[in-house]
Amino acid sequence: MRNTAVTTITTMWRRIDPAVLAAFGCIVLLLLLGSLYSRSFLSPEYLLQQLKVASFLGVIASGTMIVILLGHIDLSVPWVVAVGGMMATACTGWGPLGAAMAIPVGIGCGVLLGLVNGCAVALLRIPSMIATLAVNAVAQGLMVVHTGGFSPQDASSPAMRFIATGHSLFGIPNALIVWVVVGAATIFLLLRTRFGRTVYAIGNRESAAYLSGARTHLVLILAFAIAGGLSAFGGVLLAGYASKAAQAMGDPYLLPAIAAVVLGGTSILGGRGNYLGTVAGVILVTLLQSILSVMQIEEYGRHVIYGVVILAMLLVYGRGRRHSE
Amino acid sequence: MSVLQVQGVCKRYGGVHALREANLNVEAGRIHAVLGENGAGKSTLIKIMAGVVPPDEGAILLDGAPVSFASPAAANAAGIVCVFQELSLIPDLCVADNIAISNPPQRFGLIDRRAQRRMAEQALARAGAEDIHPLALVKDLPLSRRQMVEIAKALARGPRLLILDEATSALTAADVTKVYAVLKRLRAEGLALVYISHRMHEIVELADECTIFCNGRSVAHYAAGTKTDNEVVELMIGRKYDGVFPARTANVNRKAAPRLEVRHLAWTDRLVDISLQLHAGEVVGLGGLDGQGQRELLLALFGVLRGTSGQVLVDGRPVTITSPHRAKGSDIGMALIPEDRKTEGLMLPMSVRENLSFAALEGLSRWGVIDTAAETEAVQRIVQLLSVRSDGVDVAAGSLSGGNQQKLVIGKWLMVAPRIILLNDPTRGIDVGTKHEVYELLRRLAAEGAAILFYSTDYDELIGCCDRVLVMVEGTVKRELVGTQITERALVSSALSLGLDPGRVEPRAAHG
Amino acid sequence: MKSDWPYHLREHRGTLLAFLGFIVMFAIYAANHPVGLNANVATTAANKGTLLAILAMAQTLVVLTSGIDLSVGMVMVLANCLASTIVVGTPLTTALGVLGVLATGAACGAVNGLIVIVGRLQPIVTTIATGSVFYGIALALRPVPGGDVNASLADLLTGQWGGVPASLVFLLALVLLVWTPLRRSILGRAVYAVGSSEVAAYMSGVPVQRAKFLAYTMSGLLASVAGLFVTFITYSGEASAANGSTYTLFSIAAVVLGGVSLFGGSGSAVGAIFGALMFRTIGDLLFVFNLEPLWQPLFQGVVLAVAVCLGSARLLRVKNRLDVYG
Repeated sequence: MRNTAVTTITTMWRRIDPAVLAAFGCIVLLLLLGSLYSRSFLSPEYLLQQLKVASFLGVIASGTMIVILLGHIDLSVPWVVAVGGMMATACTGWGPLGAAMAIPVGIGCGVLLGLVNGCAVALLRIPSMIATLAVNAVAQGLMVVHTGGFSPQDASSPAMRFIATGHSLFGIPNALIVWVVVGAATIFLLLRTRFGRTVYAIGNRESAAYLSGARTHLVLILAFAIAGGLSAFGGVLLAGYASKAAQAMGDPYLLPAIAAVVLGGTSILGGRGNYLGTVAGVILVTLLQSILSVMQIEEYGRHVIYGVVILAMLLVYGRGRRHSE
Repeated sequence: MSVLQVQGVCKRYGGVHALREANLNVEAGRIHAVLGENGAGKSTLIKIMAGVVPPDEGAILLDGAPVSFASPAAANAAGIVCVFQELSLIPDLCVADNIAISNPPQRFGLIDRRAQRRMAEQALARAGAEDIHPLALVKDLPLSRRQMVEIAKALARGPRLLILDEATSALTAADVTKVYAVLKRLRAEGLALVYISHRMHEIVELADECTIFCNGRSVAHYAAGTKTDNEVVELMIGRKYDGVFPARTANVNRKAAPRLEVRHLAWTDRLVDISLQLHAGEVVGLGGLDGQGQRELLLALFGVLRGTSGQVLVDGRPVTITSPHRAKGSDIGMALIPEDRKTEGLMLPMSVRENLSFAALEGLSRWGVIDTAAETEAVQRIVQLLSVRSDGVDVAAGSLSGGNQQKLVIGKWLMVAPRIILLNDPTRGIDVGTKHEVYELLRRLAAEGAAILFYSTDYDELIGCCDRVLVMVEGTVKRELVGTQITERALVSSALSLGLDPGRVEPRAAHG
Repeated sequence: MKSDWPYHLREHRGTLLAFLGFIVMFAIYAANHPVGLNANVATTAANKGTLLAILAMAQTLVVLTSGIDLSVGMVMVLANCLASTIVVGTPLTTALGVLGVLATGAACGAVNGLIVIVGRLQPIVTTIATGSVFYGIALALRPVPGGDVNASLADLLTGQWGGVPASLVFLLALVLLVWTPLRRSILGRAVYAVGSSEVAAYMSGVPVQRAKFLAYTMSGLLASVAGLFVTFITYSGEASAANGSTYTLFSIAAVVLGGVSLFGGSGSAVGAIFGALMFRTIGDLLFVFNLEPLWQPLFQGVVLAVAVCLGSARLLRVKNRLDVYG
């Protein structure tokens, strides 16, 4: 068991990108800048609070990262997140058995939608951008019908509230523990399993992976399913945090999830990326959001800054090749 | 009257000399044929003449004066137009649009469709392709018609010197006849033509003079018909022997069911009724010119092609292979070393270890989790077996030399202990030393009981390594050469469709 | 001399199918409309349809180069907010305002184009990011819905001209004055060439970069025209992110329904227009058949999914599986 952990850590260390270091550097920079504005930016309470908020994005971004590693993109995040939250709360409304099943059901719905994404991309070869947009639209339609267009009235189950808002283990927020568990599982999946190796291979050169006898279709479908499940899990957590689900609750998470993954050094073209980078990216994005709102920068400023930061990072790390090369 | 002269041109790519002291003199009103094997430097020469790449040394003279072309457009402006092998047509546009793509007739700033159509019709007529409708979409046309459009497009530019690089390789027999007539007419009109082809009977039919390239040098220049086919073939091959090949084993058990048997395999129009047998311990080669279906045959066997007909049997049992994953399965045990190691064989940014273990992951993992200790041990074993030279197993595969990269591709498959090994031109672009290591390896694998099917464009390899060679022409096996029958002459003449009895060809009368 | 008709049919197949689809849908709609097809009904339908049609034209241009523009909806929203501020007052200020909005749209498109061409970034991520920036600017202009627009101009373009909806006439003018000359120009053909095979286009000396730049800039310009139209219909400006992303999605649906290939190189803005009108009509069919508006988003989502599947059907006919991989 120790051998596994040591091997995994050394593998991760060897792969560290300058981008990941840059991302962590930016976090430190942000905190320092923030501390010039107010001392409380460096307080442990604030930092812990930020990590808790980051956990929700972190869970969602884990799924997004796997898909981007494949060289694809998952634009169905907004409404799969909503499906996760709404289905989990709906389940709670069905009595004690329902409440116990709330979290698995929520995640399960996300996995189903992810399977649809995966089949469309792997079997029908529909560009992932379009396929996931379509699934997003259908998911939205389903949820509108389900809720009658109003905000869903169901409350979250106690379990949901516990994992999203509770504290245990020396006052560490449960949400953070959840993210750590999801993160560890993701790292293990990507670095130590056949599945993860194939994910990187597909992102690098799908034709070579196929010709080496890998079951590329299966891996693609599974990866999208996992991403769907993780997005829905994020929705479950969010619903737990707010004690209920809300219309369009997933909308604010698509762009930040992609930004976090890309800012963490994962190549948008696929095949290259370190989960530690995604962790840094998630924290960076969350801090940015928080600092902007504390500094009372208007909502519009947030949108502009997001876009500009992503573009800037991409121009440094994600450029394509010239014709002459 | 010389239109273009190439004098002492050299071109290097990395450490490899593609062209060395190349000389060529093209005159107006004559068809000048350029012959040579793959890798002899013909394509590089053409690219230099057409302005695609600049020469490293030497000069190009146009009408006696030195010129240098910065781009294909500059060469076009000087009247030099090339019909490339790789089609430059836009699939979704119509024929007329493609012919007039670079300089369409305009009216009020917009493309004048009627004038463009007339221009296209004229060009098509000049190319002997009047039956192609100018409004047809290029993607709807078969390859043969597309090549005719490509020729028409070149003619529409009003060239003084027309270069045709294997321009008839995709044409049907009827179209080839038309193209001959067109080229002769152009010659009569005073155009200078440079014609590159493998096909001896075309050269015989068309050429006024010939230049032979071998190993990047122009080794012979002669008026057409003044050399026998044998002499030409010998000049094309040159003295290239690099060393001794490992001895062929004699122990092939032909009584047992063949390891691999193919009956009447066919696929679209690229594979036409192929039947063959491969026994354990045999090394069988696939010969013939490029593009006669060898690549497709290997892909079909490996499960990559859809819609194949015919039967494939492994150890006497009929099997249906629908994917490489199935082919790799333990009951079949097939491996394919693909053509392009950079895009089909390796994931270059990934490490040596990850590439090597990739095909064998199922055996190296339990419940989906990779056993790193087992992986490391297996990888080290292969690295030592193949003498892969790299800075450890965790460097990116892309940092290795070509030869070592190819060893990775082979090593990857050795890890699954395949029983049938298919190789698609495995030593292309590799240094001599590594080539020999590969030959030794193949012999050893055969001795251990694998059945090997091996496509190569290198005649020496086919002669040195193979127990039998199947020469493919136009999608089917035209000739089987066994043991001592495998000679350069036999290979070249079968491939060039010179007739079944090489060595009995007389010199032809010179052209008028 | 062979007849030309088979070839014209082949070239415009997608567009003709979209046209037929629209006629069929509209016939069903008109036949079942509770009030019947009078001028007012037609005008309202036409206004909504034209809006999406213009956006679909914008998206078509980028898709033809085998790219995608996920910021068209946001450019439309930005143009809407800007228009509600500056397209007011005297005819002169109104005209200047319109020019200002159009220039802004073109600038947005140009930014997209430059990042894709010079920055060599993927269009999808680029336009997601720029969409966010454009939305931010829109929000800055209109934190809360409001504003106004020159009423006479608005009425002129959303009303009727002799019983015919003005918006349709405007759309026709747009096609005749913008699309048709573009299509027949050298750069217009270059756009098709780039999307069909960028490599072959480059080898043939086609101006690849200029073509892409034109496509993205025109996309932004047309998106701003759509934004103007929104303002004319609603008489106000609203920075609604939901609207922006919904309309972006709809524009893709319209393009796919209109027979434009998502892989680039084939299709026509005219087809996309019919696709847009068809898409709108399908949405309105719910109202006509008394299906609850609750089901509309789902219905439209499913239509998009089906359209996308149909558009990719040809991949199933590939004979060499290796060809499927990039």
